[in-house]
Parts: sequence; C-alpha cells; structure tokens
Amino acid sequence: MKEILRWPAAELAQKINRREIKAKEAVSAYLEQLYALEPELNSFVTVDEEGAYAQAGRIDELTQSGKNAGPLAGVPVAVKDNLCTRGLRTTCASRMLEDFVPFYEAGAVERLRAAGAIILGKTNMDEFAMGSTSETSAFGPVKNPWDISRVPGGSSGGSCCAVAAAQSLCALGSDTGGSIRQPASYCGVVGLKPTYGTVSRWGLVAYASSLDQIGPIARNVEDCALLLEVISGGDKRDSTCLDRRDVDFGRAFARTSASPQTSPQTSSQASLQACPEDVRGLRIGIVRDYFDEGLDGEVAAAVRRAAQQLRDQGALVEEVDLSLVSYAIPAYYTIACAEASSNLARFDGVKYGYRAGAEKGLHPMYRRTRTEGFGTEVKRRIVLGSFVLSSGYYEAYYEKALRVKAMIVAAFDKAFSRFDLLLGPVAPTTAPLLGQTGDDPLKMYLGDIYTVSVNLAGLPAISLPCGLDSRGLPIGVQLVGPRFGEKTILQAARAYEKACGGFALSPMTERAEKKGGMKV
Amino acid sequence: MTRQYETVIGLEVHIELATRTKIFCGCSTAFGGAPNTHVCPVCAGMPGSLPVLNRQVVEYAMAVGLATDCRISRLCRFDRKNYFYPDNPQNYQISQLYLPICRSGHIDIETPEGIKSIGIHEIHMEEDAGKLTHDDWAGETNVDFNRSGVPLIEVVSEPDMRSADEVIAYLEKLRLIAQYLGASDCKLQEGSMRADVNLSVRPLGSDSLGTRTEMKNLNSFKAITRAVENERARQIEILESGGTVVQETRRWDDNKERSYPMRSKEDAKDYRYFPEPDLPPVEISGEWIEKVKKKQPELRDEKKKRYESQYGLPSYDADILTSDKRLADLFEETLEYCKNPKKVSNWLMVETIRLAREHGIGIDQVDFSPENLGKLITLQETGRINGTVAKEIFAVIFTDDVDPEKYVEEHGLAAVTDEAALRDAVRQAVEANPQSVADYLAGKKKAMGFLVGQTMRSMGGKADPALVNRLVGEALAQKAAAYSSFCR
Repeated sequence: MKEILRWPAAELAQKINRREIKAKEAVSAYLEQLYALEPELNSFVTVDEEGAYAQAGRIDELTQSGKNAGPLAGVPVAVKDNLCTRGLRTTCASRMLEDFVPFYEAGAVERLRAAGAIILGKTNMDEFAMGSTSETSAFGPVKNPWDISRVPGGSSGGSCCAVAAAQSLCALGSDTGGSIRQPASYCGVVGLKPTYGTVSRWGLVAYASSLDQIGPIARNVEDCALLLEVISGGDKRDSTCLDRRDVDFGRAFARTSASPQTSPQTSSQASLQACPEDVRGLRIGIVRDYFDEGLDGEVAAAVRRAAQQLRDQGALVEEVDLSLVSYAIPAYYTIACAEASSNLARFDGVKYGYRAGAEKGLHPMYRRTRTEGFGTEVKRRIVLGSFVLSSGYYEAYYEKALRVKAMIVAAFDKAFSRFDLLLGPVAPTTAPLLGQTGDDPLKMYLGDIYTVSVNLAGLPAISLPCGLDSRGLPIGVQLVGPRFGEKTILQAARAYEKACGGFALSPMTERAEKKGGMKV
Repeated sequence: MTRQYETVIGLEVHIELATRTKIFCGCSTAFGGAPNTHVCPVCAGMPGSLPVLNRQVVEYAMAVGLATDCRISRLCRFDRKNYFYPDNPQNYQISQLYLPICRSGHIDIETPEGIKSIGIHEIHMEEDAGKLTHDDWAGETNVDFNRSGVPLIEVVSEPDMRSADEVIAYLEKLRLIAQYLGASDCKLQEGSMRADVNLSVRPLGSDSLGTRTEMKNLNSFKAITRAVENERARQIEILESGGTVVQETRRWDDNKERSYPMRSKEDAKDYRYFPEPDLPPVEISGEWIEKVKKKQPELRDEKKKRYESQYGLPSYDADILTSDKRLADLFEETLEYCKNPKKVSNWLMVETIRLAREHGIGIDQVDFSPENLGKLITLQETGRINGTVAKEIFAVIFTDDVDPEKYVEEHGLAAVTDEAALRDAVRQAVEANPQSVADYLAGKKKAMGFLVGQTMRSMGGKADPALVNRLVGEALAQKAAAYSSFCR
C-alpha cells in the first residue's frame, strides 16, 4: 500500500495545509485504490471522480495562496448513499431512487466540505438502511474485505468496507439500530454513533426519524474524533438537533498528543484534554446480560479480553445487569418500522424517483411503483410498521413499544449512576457468509440485540476492533456512554487502541498494491 | 311528519392563518403565483427534508384559543396523519391528534332565546395540502405545492348547535374573532375558512344522539344554510320511512342543492396516527401565554361598547361598524383625519356598504385611504363642496382612491360661495318663475324648494345649498313684504 494511504486524517490534512503534498495526489492515490478493489467489494454506488478532483483543486488553490484549507483539508471521505449530496445522485441503494439527484445537501456533508474534506463517492448499503448485511441493496451486495465470501455487515456496509480496504480514509454512516457499529465490527474499523441530536439529520433520507443518527467511521480513534467534531453541532433545519457546545472532540486529542501531561483535574472532560489515554479510575460496567447463550464463544472471549485490557490500564471494571435485553428487539422493530412506514410513504411515483409506467389510474400506479421500486426487506418493514400503527393495534404494539423504550432509558440511567461507560459485544458473531441471512429475517433482527437499545435510549456508543476469530475475521467491542458522553468514550477507546498498538486494515489493502493499482 | 325532531350540529372549521411563511418552512404563503414557485424540499416532501415549526402559527392558534376561552395546553405535540393522495407530498399530514394546543373553550352567540354558549372541543394546528388541477385536454392531473404547508387551525365545536341560524351565528362570531386577532382573513369563497358540518337528528326530548353525517364542500354561508336544512330533511325522511341513517361523509353540490355520499364509515380511512418524530413537543410557558394575552387586540364586543361610550355612536352604528374588522379599521383610521365620528360612521355605514354591494365586492375588499375620506368630510363640513358633489366624489374615491382636494380643484367642483353671484342667480330664478312665487305667497311653502333647485341647477349643482336656501328665503321675504304692502 502506498505511503500516502497510511497517514491518518489529521496528518494528511496537515501535510496538505503545509503544502508538503497536494490534495490532488491524495485523491488520485485513494481513487486508484478504490478502483482496484471495487470489482471485488462493490462498496460504492457512485464514485464522484470529477467532483473529488474539483474539490481537491479548490483545496490546493487555497493552500497555494497561503490559507489553511481546514482540519480535513484534502481528506477523502466516502458518504453513505442515504445522505443527500447536491448534484450527486443519492439512491439509498434502492431502485426507487436510482436516478434521484438532490438539489440540496445534507448538513453533515456541508460541514465536511467546509472543513476541506473531499467526497470520493456514495457508498453502498442496505436498501433505505434496512438490513444488517448490506445485501438488500438494489445494486448488489457489498463484500467483506477480510473475506469476500462474507458480508461486511450493515446497513453502512459500503462505508465500513471502504475504510477497511483503504478505498477511502474515512466515511460517514448512519446508525438506526446498529448500522454503523455492527459493520464497523465486521470490518475491523472504528465506528461511532453519537448521542441523538448531535449531528443534523437534514438531508439524511429518514428510516426511523427518532432513532437515526449520522456518525463517523475511521481507521483509528483520533480520526473518528476529528470527523465527529467536524460534523457535530446545531442546525436550525433539524428541530431535533441540539446546539451542543462540547463538540471539540478532535481538538482535545490534537492538543494533548503534542504535550501529554498529568493533571489533578477530575472531570472526565478535563482529564480527556489532559491525557486522552488515561482510563485510571474510569468505572466501566460489563453488561452481563449480553454474555448469554446467543453470543459466540470466540466473540465473548475477545470482548472479555478487551475489558481485562482496560482493567490492566487502571479502569475499574465490574459486571452489571442491564435487564430488559429481550424486549429491546421487539420494541426497536415496532418503533423503527412504524416510522419507516410513514417516512417511506413519499416514494409514490408522483414527484421524483421511480414510477411504474403505463398504468392507468392513481392507485394502480401507486401499487406498481411501490411493488417494483422497493425490495423485499423494505416492503416487509413497511407492512410491519403499517400494521403496528393501524387502528386497534396501536395500543397493543406501538404504545407498548414506547413504554419499553422509556423503561430502557431508565435502565441505562440507573447503570450510568454507577458507571462512566458500559462495555459489551457489538454483534453475536463475526461476519456471516453472503446469502445466509436473508431467508430468516427474525434471525437477522436478533443479530441487532446488543446495538438497538443504545438507539432507543439515544446514547452514544463506539465499536472498536478487539481481535480476530479463528477464521481471521474481526471482532468488535462496544463502549456505550451516557448522553453526551462521547468524550469519555473516545478517551477509553484511545487508551485501548494505544494498548493494542493500533488497529490493522484488512489484508486486502496490501494485496491491492501487489496488483499494481489496476484501474477499472 | 308524525314526530317532532331536533337537529344536532357540530362544526369542524379550518381557518388558514395569516402568517407570511408556511408552517414548517420559510416558503411564502402568498396567494396565486405560478404553480410550484413557493416550494422547497420541505413543503414538496423531498427525501431528507425536515419540518421546523413556525412560532407565529403557535401564537395565532393560542390567540384564537384565548379569545374563545380555551385552556392552552402547556405541552402540545404534533402527530402524523398517514394517507396517500397526490396533493399531499409526504403522503402524511402533520397535524395534532393526541395533544392539541387548545381545549375546552366556548363561543357565545346571540339567538332569539338569548345568549347561547357553543362549546369548543379543541383547536389544533396542521398543514394544508397542495392543489390538484385536472387538464381534460391533455388527460393529465397536475399538482401545485404552493399551498402545501400553509398553516391551518381546525376549530372543532361540541355538538351544541340546533339550527342553521345558530351555525351561521357561530361561524360569523368565529370569523370575526380570527379577523380581529389578525390571525386570518377568513374568506369562505377563497377557502381561507372552510366548515364541515356534522349533523344528526333525534326525536325532540331524546337524550341520545342520532347517527351523524359529515357534510363537506360548503363554500358560503348560504350554502351552509341550504345544506343544513336539506340534510335535516333528508335524515328525517329516512327515519320517518323506517330507514336508518348511514354514518358517512357527504359532499354538498350547491348548484343542484343536494348532497352525495363520498365515503361511508366502512371504507373510512385508517390514518395510522402517531407522534411526529421530527418535531419535539412544543412547550408553552405561562410567560408565553401572558405575552400573547398582552398582544391580544380589542375584540368585537369590547370595540362595540367603546364606540358607543367613547364616540357616542348609536348602538345601531356601532353594531354595523364592528360587523367587519375592515369597516372598524376604516372607521378608526378615518377618525385620525376627521374628528366627527358620526359623520365618518354615516359615510361607512351608508355609502361604503352601498357602493361595495353595487360593485359586488365584500367589505374586506374595500380599499381606499382613510385620509381621503377624512378630507372629503372636512371639505363638506367647511362648505367647500355640497352633499351631492361629496357623494359624487366619494364614488370616485371608492374606485380610484383619489385625493378629494385635488379632485375638486381639477374638476372645478368647489361650491360657489360668492354671495353676489348667487344673489344674482336667485333673482333670475325668482323672476323667471312668477308662478312659483305666487304659489309661495299663497302659502305653498314647497314652492321655495323649487326655486332653490332652479338656482342650484343654474349654478351647475356647485352652489352651497345652505347659502342658496338663505338667499332664496330672503328674496321671497322681500316679495312677501312687497305683496303685503300692496295688499294693504
């Protein structure tokens, strides 16, 4: 792999800002890698070569005139294809939006561009973010770069795959029930789902509005923090977006990595700024309920080793019962599908997107458009969601799910009165083989058991690589924080990463170089 | 008819709010405009767009709620009403079901039996839909989203009305309240106020409610009256012939003066309401309610009382002037230019209403500057023009809003006040009409009016009538003196 592809985001941006290399060189190196691996991985729906070079040109012009082009100057980012990009088609990996080109831009993408980042393209995903394998895409499944006979996870499978294969330096995903964390764990990268309301949802094609949150995917914790800082912050166009003032996630690292020092300050924020690697005294609860029969033994062992590692570094690690675990999946699928059934109603063939031709009459047109435009999993969730909201069932399902949600919030509150962070697995297993999950949706839904309650409670959580199983597939460990606890999460994550000596990219990245960057 | 029946009516009234921008985006609410020119990703239901609540909508809804004695919900929330129709870009309408902004109010109406209180069940906020136009020539239906997202409130009454008269009284009162608050212009014809009528009948004295129908497409007070009477008769006829009324939604056809079923309860839609996840609940603080209360303008009943006490207007005048916000505004604004309330009232009550009727426009469309009416009254009061000329000029002010001072000058309409010239004209009239003089002297006092008229005519109508009257009187007095001395 080329040297330029190895630099972390902050370093690359610094070199570009200092005119040591050009943004165009970074773009061309990444595009070369992207194209070389794309035939095997299928991680992108659309590659925006022209747009990437144009933005790189603007960055280079800025730096040539002596200006700082931003904290992500020239940093290539892959954007999940459910985030609207002005002038660049946004498909949600659905036939329904195959030719949809938005004339407006997602808030998170605007912030990326303003920070100097370069959008390489739009990544493949489960159709409308509904799925856990990135196989429900209308544009074919994404492959896992660690083993291309396996899935990368989902729904942000394309974004996580692209980062793991160094097709992009970092990426944006969206997480409604684990859609960033689970593929990050399957692909061996760092993925963070922020506190609900941290990143604007303006321009994110909604799956389940009350649970959706955009988050960063990166190779290491520092890049993840830097990206998170850039995309976070208030947006008047999203009424659920909070005007958080504590979003200096990246800067905290930058300051301290230059001059590490110990400080007597006690608050977690202050200690993060003082020494991001320090977990001494941090109270971490291992969620005992997550280590039941459903969890693969190798995954359980790796996650316990990660906990032990943090204990060795001075964290106070204890077991905790979260309870309600078995209720999280039904509550999640009830709420998420209910909202989805309404959110996806707008795709009707009238205004934009796919329309079934040659139908006379409104209702036949609606019916055929939606029958042909949506895939099976999307239709299943629309039907499920319409059912739980229908008259006579609303109280039994939707309202009950909302009560469960409130109880889950309370259970987390209780746990966070004793602990700074909770630790557990991300997914019950490592990446399954392609084509093994779709036939049994219930089994697929149960795979989200460790991630969905975090969305129901609106909490921040990160997925970190914590080793490989006997087949050489990455395993992820999840750290969950209280509301607005991103800094504590990043602090512990950084400490763990340092102790591990960093996280490895997929072996495929090295193979690509041997191939000599074949262009497609 | 063997039995006597009682009609039970409840209304659902949609009122379009007078905000400059839409309820969930910054697009203009201006009427007209080429199709799809007042649209954005939000009101066109584009993927990834999100609603942001317009606070003015909340304030108008609160204002109407406070004026109708409602309880304002300290926490209200929006819900999605899901249904597929092409005028509805998201295929759901953002409305309020579970926690509406206002509840439990009332509007008091005047009936022949005295004051009656009509309960208001709730008031909620929601967005309007777009408009479909069918192009028969091309065989296409087109949709215009300019109206999509225009803010509405829906005022839901209790089933407290018993006749068409009560329905109209309630609607008039509600319309005036919204107009006075500046919350809406409430034009039925333009659809900025729409009423759906829920009606059932029951044997007089019965406590239980009959099966009701909901009547839609009522575009005028007259149509509402006709529809209420028609539906009452239709239901009674069904019951009298041993049938049962079907719970259904019906559409009124005012040309044919009958209604047609639209959909029955069986195929009623399941709207699958659920809380709108894109909008946080709206917290309404006591402070906010107080702020809106303080801004609350004077409503009709107070205004009417004030017109009587402050300006000494007869109750009749005050009633007419306050019957429309526009008329009351014109009255008060004209008073800034002319300090004679009764004169101003007369011009508005008589001439303005007459001309509006003549031009076939509503009072709310009357559009002349109060300053011009004020000047006109002053011109007349100071004798610079006479009443006939004033009326002529007012007709021009009404249509073209001219400055009466300039108009008088340009058209040479100033009253002739030159006493010598008038005396001359009077003398000529008296000499030319000896018979009238003779009649007058013989006791026919009416003959004096004829001579005044002749003088006015010779002056082209511009003479000051008071002066002419005096001069003709003087001339006749002279004649009388001469006559009596002759007789003696």
